[in-house]
Amino acid sequence: MNITINGNPQQVPSAQNLSDLVNTFCKQSKHILTELNGEIIPADQWAQTSLKDGDALELVTFVGGG
Amino acid sequence: MTDTPLIIAGKTFKSRFLLGTGKFKNKKDVSDSIAAGGCEIVTVALRRIDLERHEDNILEHIPPHVTLLTNTSGARNAQEAVRIARLARASGCGHWVKIEVINDSKYLLPDNEQTIKATEILAAEGFVVLPYITPDLYAARALVKAGAASVMPLGSFIGSNQGLKTKELIQVLINEIELPVIVDAGIGAPSQATEAMEMGADAVLVNTAVATNPNPAGLARAFALAVEAGRLAYVSGLPTQQPVAKASSPLTGFLYDDIPAN
Repeated sequence: MNITINGNPQQVPSAQNLSDLVNTFCKQSKHILTELNGEIIPADQWAQTSLKDGDALELVTFVGGG
Repeated sequence: MTDTPLIIAGKTFKSRFLLGTGKFKNKKDVSDSIAAGGCEIVTVALRRIDLERHEDNILEHIPPHVTLLTNTSGARNAQEAVRIARLARASGCGHWVKIEVINDSKYLLPDNEQTIKATEILAAEGFVVLPYITPDLYAARALVKAGAASVMPLGSFIGSNQGLKTKELIQVLINEIELPVIVDAGIGAPSQATEAMEMGADAVLVNTAVATNPNPAGLARAFALAVEAGRLAYVSGLPTQQPVAKASSPLTGFLYDDIPAN
């Protein structure tokens, strides 16, 4: 299925939940924040969160800032 | 001379020098500067993860005793600022947020109106809100009403190192606003930080000057001393300026009774 991740369309296997997807796409494993279709999903809910074709996912983290 | 500590939202801080973590060349300089400056409040921001490469996270370089202040930079309106703040809190990294709403790319001046809106929403949700503003008395009063924990007026344009261009307007906030006034943006030299503290500012936030310096930790230490010096001068009280000389030594001649009139 097609999921837009950080603004870019990506092909992902349809069996994946959010936890699998984060592990597949993020090279870092900590401090990852997710927003699925504009809704914040805490890390402890990733495994129970399934994805569907056309979802928009934001993967965000902390960076240096003023 | 005794001084009261800085208290924001009921939390006590020994240091009045806040550090921003943007623009550092390497992350070790961040932790070194926090240590050298004795900083207890440090700002960070949120951005999309780079999916192409692994990068060391900034949070790994900030000691656990430091209070994290998430900057909503990148927000162009109140709604976006609220979204960023909520995301940061959902990560478990605290509920202290610096509201920064900017929709002008030339001057990067904060939008006070949108900042007030975001502050209202987030303060009601239990966030500790430190809004970054263009110094304005009415905006500051509205922020007090909205539940802000401090006000953070800019000294001059972000990253400009121009110092206290808005000095008189900041003085009005210091005089009239009960919340801690933290001078943010534009502080490029320790002497400028001292100047802000001598005026009665409660704290200063510095980023660019330290982060872009070849020796960030050295300058962070200089800022810490400058902030402390300015604070001590403010608490002790400064003399008023005089239009003419006032002798520091006794006004008699060394061997004579009077200094000749001419």
